[in-house]
Amino acid sequence: MTDHHHHPHLHGVMGEFETPEQLLHAARAAREAGYKHVDAYTPFPIEGLAQAIGFRWTAVPLITLIGGVGGGLTGFGLQYWCSAISYPMNIAGRPLNSWPAFIPVTFELTVLGAAIFAVVGMLALNKLPEPYHPVFNVERFAAASTDRFFLVIEARDPKFDVAGCAKFLQDSAARHVTEVKDEQ
Amino acid sequence: MSTTAQPRDMRPRDPMIEPGHTYASVTDKIAAVVLTRPLGIGWLAGFALTFTVVMMLFVAISWLIIKGVGIWGINIPIGWGFAIVNFVWWIGIGHAGTLISAILFLLNQKWRTSINRFAEAMTLFAVACAGLFPLIHTGRPWMAYYMFPYPSTMGVWPQFRSPLIWDVFAVSTYGTVSLLFWFVGLLPDLATLRDRAKSRYQQVIYGMLSMGWRNSARHWHRYQSAYLLLAGLATPLVLSVHTVVSFDFAVAIVPGWHTTIFPPYFVAGAIYSGFAMVLTLAIPLRKAYGLEDFITMRHLDNMAKVMLATGLIVAYGYFVEFFMAFYSGNKFDVFLAEQRLHGPYSHFYFALILCNILTPQLLWFSKVRRNVALLFILSLIINTGMWLERFVIVVISLTRDFMPSAWGRYSATFWDYATFVGTLGLFTMLIFLFVRGLPAIAIAEMRELVHETDEGGQL
Repeated sequence: MTDHHHHPHLHGVMGEFETPEQLLHAARAAREAGYKHVDAYTPFPIEGLAQAIGFRWTAVPLITLIGGVGGGLTGFGLQYWCSAISYPMNIAGRPLNSWPAFIPVTFELTVLGAAIFAVVGMLALNKLPEPYHPVFNVERFAAASTDRFFLVIEARDPKFDVAGCAKFLQDSAARHVTEVKDEQ
Repeated sequence: MSTTAQPRDMRPRDPMIEPGHTYASVTDKIAAVVLTRPLGIGWLAGFALTFTVVMMLFVAISWLIIKGVGIWGINIPIGWGFAIVNFVWWIGIGHAGTLISAILFLLNQKWRTSINRFAEAMTLFAVACAGLFPLIHTGRPWMAYYMFPYPSTMGVWPQFRSPLIWDVFAVSTYGTVSLLFWFVGLLPDLATLRDRAKSRYQQVIYGMLSMGWRNSARHWHRYQSAYLLLAGLATPLVLSVHTVVSFDFAVAIVPGWHTTIFPPYFVAGAIYSGFAMVLTLAIPLRKAYGLEDFITMRHLDNMAKVMLATGLIVAYGYFVEFFMAFYSGNKFDVFLAEQRLHGPYSHFYFALILCNILTPQLLWFSKVRRNVALLFILSLIINTGMWLERFVIVVISLTRDFMPSAWGRYSATFWDYATFVGTLGLFTMLIFLFVRGLPAIAIAEMRELVHETDEGGQL
């Protein structure tokens, strides 16, 4: 009962909560009960929830830094190469590498690189676009974008069993508990 | 001690959101404007009118491409004219959107929540209108790609030491980053619309745009990280954009342009005119769609205060321009300052002082800031004033260069006005489409605000 392959058509068990506080409490309890593969769904970001389901570190800042450094180097390198190497123009002996004049474009491309990397990196790490996901099979889940708070214990969790998870969620004050089918 | 008079700071503050709202009620109310509300005669009439004006813009641009820039009032020495006046005006208007979405976010000003979305939309549409002007001002817009560094058979590259090329990079970066910031903010709201959409085509369109966003806590965590970083990136960006725009003037040696006050004074002016435009849009919007619960007097009052503060910085800029002209003893600068007061365009200058400095002093009074109709009129006056400011800067300096033989006169033609009014129509038409196609207020952020505020709508 502990292997994912025993639940080929089951994504997990979903509990629906009425308040963010109940959800946060249940998420922490799930962690303490030893569940590893847990996800929570909320209509707005809730402070401490990601940590409660065991998710702390995100690579988005690092990716943004790489994009910014890359953009800046590209910006300065482009101007230096164009002005000093590819088509050098000696105008009254002024320096070809007139770096102060290259700062505005370097700055703009730093911001551009960082911003594009931040957005694309965030989407890629979230694996978006992802049109199909099993949680959408639950009809009540549409309320996750209005006023309901959901906790899912996933079938790939080593401790997963349907009855046990359902009982755990009910004991944690979940109002509705449903199985999440995976039709793929 | 009097017992009746309450101290000023003890008066209850206006709520950020009217009391009694729940997660569901804010979601219902904002989503309904997009999903279920019938179009209505007001929207249709407004859209039809602005669409007609956009057709006029197309005619004006087509005629320009057929005949060349000679159909405008520009000449030698006034090569810039309306095109650059309008460019600077529009790009400045965009700045308030970024200020609200990025700088107020970093400063943790929660009242930004209900106005940031349409202010960002305003930024994008204003940048689109702004970008049009330098493009068609080139006279041969199909050659505009010359401004980008691409390997050509001629082997030449753009002049990277010129502020005009900095401008190309600044404005295109600004447009791109504003679009990304806007889209990231929209993502959860598009998912909200997808979940509530009833008709098939709404489900498909919002389903595709929302990219399968499912409100997962892991996604929110990365999302918040990216949003904060974008805010941090957009903040120096927005300051740099109008700084670079001011370099277009300040780096030149033309009297009246060659001053170091230009960057800060341009940025302040941009925010000044931008907040005026946010008010111009917010006041009819909250009225037409009954959004007074979300865009409360608190918002209008705060925006009026920002206008007052930035307006005073702009007034200081005007003062320093005069002071430095006389203090420097440079006879050309002194002459130009006198030309502003006594020259052929002095009525523009006095109208500018009236619109931008004198009239906005009314905003010191709480009664004025809380009078919605008066605030709307003041926002229109400030928008006019900021347009006049750019006219004064561009035209007076170019018509009064160093030598009398290089002096000239400028007057706009019908096609100048048609193009300018055309972009006003384009901007308004895009706003009309936006309020019915996308949520004009950030829904997920409003739910968060409901969570954070108490029963009285206070933090």
